Amino acid sequence: MTQTDTRVGPAAAGPAPGRARPFWTTRRRDQLTGYLFITPQLLGSVVFVILPLVLVVWYSLHEWNVLAGSFDYIGTDNYAALADDPNLGPVLRSTGLFSVGLVVFNLGLALLLAVLLNQKLRGTIVFRTLFFSPVVVSLVAWTIVWGFLLQDNGGINGLLDTIGVDGPNWLRGEGTAMLSVIVVQVFKNVGLNMVLFLAALQGVPAELYEAAEVDGASRLRQFWRITVPLISPTIMLTSIITVVGSLQVFAQIAVLTQGGPGTSTTVLVYYLYQQAFQFHHFGYGATLSILLFVIVLALTVLQWQMRKRWVFHES
Amino acid sequence: MRYGRLSGLVAATMTGVLALTACGGGGDAKDDGPASLRMTVWSANEAHLKLFNEIADEYRKNNPDVAEIKFDPLPFENYTTTLTTQIAGGNAPDLAWIFENSAPDFVASGALSPLDDTLKKADGYQYDDLSPATLKLWRNDGKLFAYPFSTSPFGVFVNNDMLKKAGQKTPAELIAAGQWNWDTALAAAGATAAKSGKAGLVVRDFDYKGWDNLATFWTGWGAQAWSEDGRSCGFNSPEMVEAMTTLHKAIFTGKALPGPGTTADFFAGDAAMTVTQISRASLLKENGFDWDLVPLPAGPKGPYAVVGQAGIGVMKKSPHAEQAADFLAFFTNPTNSAKLAQFFPPPRQSQLTAETLAKTNPKLKPEQLQKVVIDGITNGTVKPSHSGQAELSQQVRAALDPLWKADADVKGVLDGVCSKIQPLLAK
Repeated sequence: MTQTDTRVGPAAAGPAPGRARPFWTTRRRDQLTGYLFITPQLLGSVVFVILPLVLVVWYSLHEWNVLAGSFDYIGTDNYAALADDPNLGPVLRSTGLFSVGLVVFNLGLALLLAVLLNQKLRGTIVFRTLFFSPVVVSLVAWTIVWGFLLQDNGGINGLLDTIGVDGPNWLRGEGTAMLSVIVVQVFKNVGLNMVLFLAALQGVPAELYEAAEVDGASRLRQFWRITVPLISPTIMLTSIITVVGSLQVFAQIAVLTQGGPGTSTTVLVYYLYQQAFQFHHFGYGATLSILLFVIVLALTVLQWQMRKRWVFHES
Repeated sequence: MRYGRLSGLVAATMTGVLALTACGGGGDAKDDGPASLRMTVWSANEAHLKLFNEIADEYRKNNPDVAEIKFDPLPFENYTTTLTTQIAGGNAPDLAWIFENSAPDFVASGALSPLDDTLKKADGYQYDDLSPATLKLWRNDGKLFAYPFSTSPFGVFVNNDMLKKAGQKTPAELIAAGQWNWDTALAAAGATAAKSGKAGLVVRDFDYKGWDNLATFWTGWGAQAWSEDGRSCGFNSPEMVEAMTTLHKAIFTGKALPGPGTTADFFAGDAAMTVTQISRASLLKENGFDWDLVPLPAGPKGPYAVVGQAGIGVMKKSPHAEQAADFLAFFTNPTNSAKLAQFFPPPRQSQLTAETLAKTNPKLKPEQLQKVVIDGITNGTVKPSHSGQAELSQQVRAALDPLWKADADVKGVLDGVCSKIQPLLAK
């Protein structure tokens, strides 16, 4: 396509007196074409993202009783209820625990696997495929199978039994239930972060290691001083994706524990679902989703701001 | 330039196609023309749906203003959630099956149309034949908001083969000896579990979450989840503490019930006994094990019965509410009620005889029908229900969780349940 310099404004190239300038200039036509191309995507975003976002704010200002069909404006009452909700503290604690657990386990394991599989050894391709394959498996199917394995008389305790260990009741113990949900989620998605880390590791110039070797740096020192700084943009990216994803966990909780035992695995999204769809408090559910939005936004902005401190190339 | 024009054309075409697709569909023929009715049901059982469709086809023959009647099975576990989500999304069905645990919410909300007039006016309906005990849950302000479609008592299904193999007396023998009570039942279950390596007694659908199914147990002690008026908590009453202590011992000491996180399906031959509704008889396999159905064992307060209920209501929002109510009157008239009785015990007194029920329940013996079904419906306590049940139920489930450990402090946990739910009950 021919590109004209669009910085030249109409004022600069004013029409010659007595000669009407055609409406469809190259610039306008190109603009229209561009807009038409993005229209399908734009329509989709407006209908499925922007509009629901605005509606959620609107719903959060109402008490909406689905059964009675009533929809009453109550101002900020739902936000006041948020402050008084005795369940919110434990729910936020569970959410935080899940997120921290997931980020630490997921990024740690993904980086470890990536470093191991970055070696030029036979069979690494097989292992890479093996660790990546859960990413393409259906989330619910994956979780249901793990649910069976984690039962008291399930596969994992059966395996432990053969080596003489009496395994705990994974999904029914307060501590083990959260751990189980985290581990199931880590194994599901660790492959994705692993692949991102692998790509980053392969982009680290080999001569840097050679130079370090000549200077007598140990392998560990090379890792901390060369590898980590050079892949820090990827660490940044994966940590944002993982943190945001961890705050949105739902299916695993719904399938494995339904928020129990007690409320030990009731994370924010699951609590929101309970309030809106099970207890029919749609207005309060909308308020909780705004809280979630604010938390995700704040964490993302925080991470973005902090990148200058530790991401290589950014300072 | 030609390239630019071409891409413009492609973009415009894509947008047009998208706009057309977005506009297409959803063209709803509201009140014009013949009505199309939709009823949400929990059962996807082929035999159930076949019978429903037969009755619907017959109705349509004489009612040309109804073009289609569709039965829409929703999964049992999320039935009420799915239904309310459909209502919230503006996609309410015309008729809906409603469980007893959400009955107070639906009946009091004004979401349902009153049915008295339509049912009373229907030809040969015999409205007065409906047992008043079965209507109670579905009434509000003197009006009936749902038809008590299924009133299904809980009984105990027994795998006689498994009990005999473990050298235990069968419940039939215990009944004959006047010894059928929870002590003997739990002892037999524990001994059979120990011998067979399978499960002893399973309270179906409980699974350490669906706690309202335990009403089949604690009612024998005279305990209840909350008072009759629904305003005060019953979980820390002395009767409840005694009942739950017995249950806790049976699970963790006697191993009569499978522990938390362990699944066992009676109908697949994994357990010696199961407490469930008689409508589950359809799960029994031909030429399977030698089975029996007996009433619930007696508790310290003597014999008792517990029933589960489901009603069918007409949604007020339906554009065809009138036709939907008319169809419901046909669906539940004496003739069709007798047909449906093979799966769903009817509320009609004239049909609650062992003789009538035996015709359509070939799997059950007349004495089983009399003892479990008819006596159960007449004298049974309905499973706990309360307005705002979903929230209440979730709070009870979470507060009861600490009970399902070997070293639990039963009284302490039950006090905890009450402190959690009392504010909700008092609302």
